[in-house]
Amino acid sequence: MKMLQRRLVDWIEHRTGLESAVKNFLFEEIPASSGWHQVFGSVAVFLFLVQAFTGLLLAFNYAPTPGDAYNSLKYIVTELTGGALIRGLHHWGASMMIVVVVLHMAQVFLYGAYKKPREATWGVGVVLLLLTLAYGLTGYLLPWDNRAYWGTVVTTQIASKAPLLGPYVSRLLGGEDSIGVVTFARFFALHVLLLPPVTTFLIAFHIYLVRKHGVAPAPGDTRPPKKFFPDQVFKDTLAIFAGFILLFVLAVAVKVPLERLADPTDTTYIPRPDWYFLFLFQILKSFEGPLEVMGSVLLPTMAILALLLVPLLDRGAAKQLAQRTIAFSFIALAAIGWTALTVTAIVTTPEPVTGSAERGTAVGGWQQLSPEALAGIGYYRKEQCESCHNLTDGKAKVGPNLSTTPIKRSVGWMVGHFKNPAQMVPGTSMPPIHLADTQLSALAAFLLTLTPDNATDLESAPGKVLEGAMTYQQHQCGTCHIVNGVGVQLGPTLNGVAGRRSKQWIEVQIRNPKRHSAETMMPAYNLSQRDMDVLIEYLTALPAQ
Amino acid sequence: MNRRTLYLICIYVMWALMGLVLAIPAAVYLLWPPRPRKEQEWTEAGTVRELNVGHPSEIVFRKNRVDGWKVTSEKSTAWVVKKAENEIVAFSPQCPHLGCAVHWVAKKDEFLCPCHASTFSIEGQVLTGPAQRPLDRFEVKMEGDTLLLGPVQRSSEEAAS
Repeated sequence: MKMLQRRLVDWIEHRTGLESAVKNFLFEEIPASSGWHQVFGSVAVFLFLVQAFTGLLLAFNYAPTPGDAYNSLKYIVTELTGGALIRGLHHWGASMMIVVVVLHMAQVFLYGAYKKPREATWGVGVVLLLLTLAYGLTGYLLPWDNRAYWGTVVTTQIASKAPLLGPYVSRLLGGEDSIGVVTFARFFALHVLLLPPVTTFLIAFHIYLVRKHGVAPAPGDTRPPKKFFPDQVFKDTLAIFAGFILLFVLAVAVKVPLERLADPTDTTYIPRPDWYFLFLFQILKSFEGPLEVMGSVLLPTMAILALLLVPLLDRGAAKQLAQRTIAFSFIALAAIGWTALTVTAIVTTPEPVTGSAERGTAVGGWQQLSPEALAGIGYYRKEQCESCHNLTDGKAKVGPNLSTTPIKRSVGWMVGHFKNPAQMVPGTSMPPIHLADTQLSALAAFLLTLTPDNATDLESAPGKVLEGAMTYQQHQCGTCHIVNGVGVQLGPTLNGVAGRRSKQWIEVQIRNPKRHSAETMMPAYNLSQRDMDVLIEYLTALPAQ
Repeated sequence: MNRRTLYLICIYVMWALMGLVLAIPAAVYLLWPPRPRKEQEWTEAGTVRELNVGHPSEIVFRKNRVDGWKVTSEKSTAWVVKKAENEIVAFSPQCPHLGCAVHWVAKKDEFLCPCHASTFSIEGQVLTGPAQRPLDRFEVKMEGDTLLLGPVQRSSEEAAS
């Protein structure tokens, strides 16, 4: 058995040289001073692989166009087993990667490991940090929910403010006037087509440079070197393992937000970038008017240049860690500054306006609804809105739950939205509703009275009564009668009519009012028997007041 | 056991664990069928009164089809046969052989598939091949005068005559 294995390995080695390549890699000599402080690079590479793997899995069920992007991500998260976990890993993996890359950089900086001849290794590392941030920036838009949309509006606006280059950058990002399908396609292409191969190449180059120059030894370390494997590999693996456990726990325990579909007309939304960009956002807020370009472009550019130039500026002989007080103060200053900016940004975020407070007065039961809103329930059923929307808890559907989604809209906006949904909410897969304006405003009236508390009751309204309300609204009975306080007081209020009159009497009164009173102002209505039956059903169901 | 062996075991175990924790959810995610989005749905497909006993008629209706993250409303047809006042059968128009659309040939009293000339009786049984099993049927329900169609039930091979 052992011999067979040996022969197989030899066969492969002879044809590919894989065995000696792996051995060469693992038995590399590293300074005796190497240890736990050098694990971050390996963790960053591991996290990059996890991001590539989970990103690929997400792409298997993701449609990269606005609207469909949102729906397909919702499908991944709610309908596919394990989908929420994979999205969680990808989301938290992105944050962790930024943390680990920054830690890696801080370690190299503190130890002065960028010094001659390792300047190029450091430079490639700085570019890799920028690429990591570019992933975060482009990936943020891809869920195409409100958070993604508004966060990206802010970042593309910042890019467009760059001196000279601004207009070109924003044209390149497709976000010249507003964010739409073009920006989305570009961000997607950057995130999954351009960045991964570039990153892979630069990581390979970075590792090649590390190998070429060898791991930087501590100054004055004269002990004989040791092997990378297994001592340091064990330390790296343990660090990776700890990072992975943390990532997994985050992915399982902390729900990644998926807000509602991106809504460019939502004026109440408070856009915020992801946490690692908050400090930039806060810097930007401190500069106003003509100085804004300082915060948006000049300061970040100078910071990046300074990072790149670090090995050229600090060219002194290598020092012991304890003597690198200037490096320590830089790191401390950066950490304090970053924390202060981020905390300020979080603390100064205004409270979002809650939707429920702005809703119309909550109505108890369907009996209390205005005829218009009640007819709206009828149209809701007739148009089979429930095939895509829930009113109460239930299995997730394509559209949002209408009682829990805050609606902060005018009736006019909603009627426009019903007629041409995609115009008001780009990317939505909702089909237009083909109804007359009065019918659409009835539908809007119903949705505006809907709250999570009365949804069950409103949903239970009997079909005949709804049809009756639709007939009532269609024949504009409300221009002369009052129901539930809505209408005009020309004729008698119709609440409690069941207690005053028989059904036969009401029918005669509608068909031929002159038979009951010769002077009546009420016109005769020649309704079909079906319309008459449901109208009477509705009128006699009205509560007495 | 020396320190080197301990390190080796730990390295292999940790990588194996991480590999499994990533591979298992990935396999489940890719291979497990999606959770059904809604309960079985009944689609209105016309009125029973308009049907004649013993004459199959083609009914066109719209039904919702779940396609991944989309629900598409698509036109669908069924061959509906009224056997008696309260007995209705609705056949899927797809030939059980290779899926061409069958139609009723009134002159010969049989369903004919235009692709490979399979024929079926008014009961849906195979009269001549190459089809191996009877026409598939929709689940049928009546509410008053309204005909409701449910999902298509696949016919079994044994029922072939």
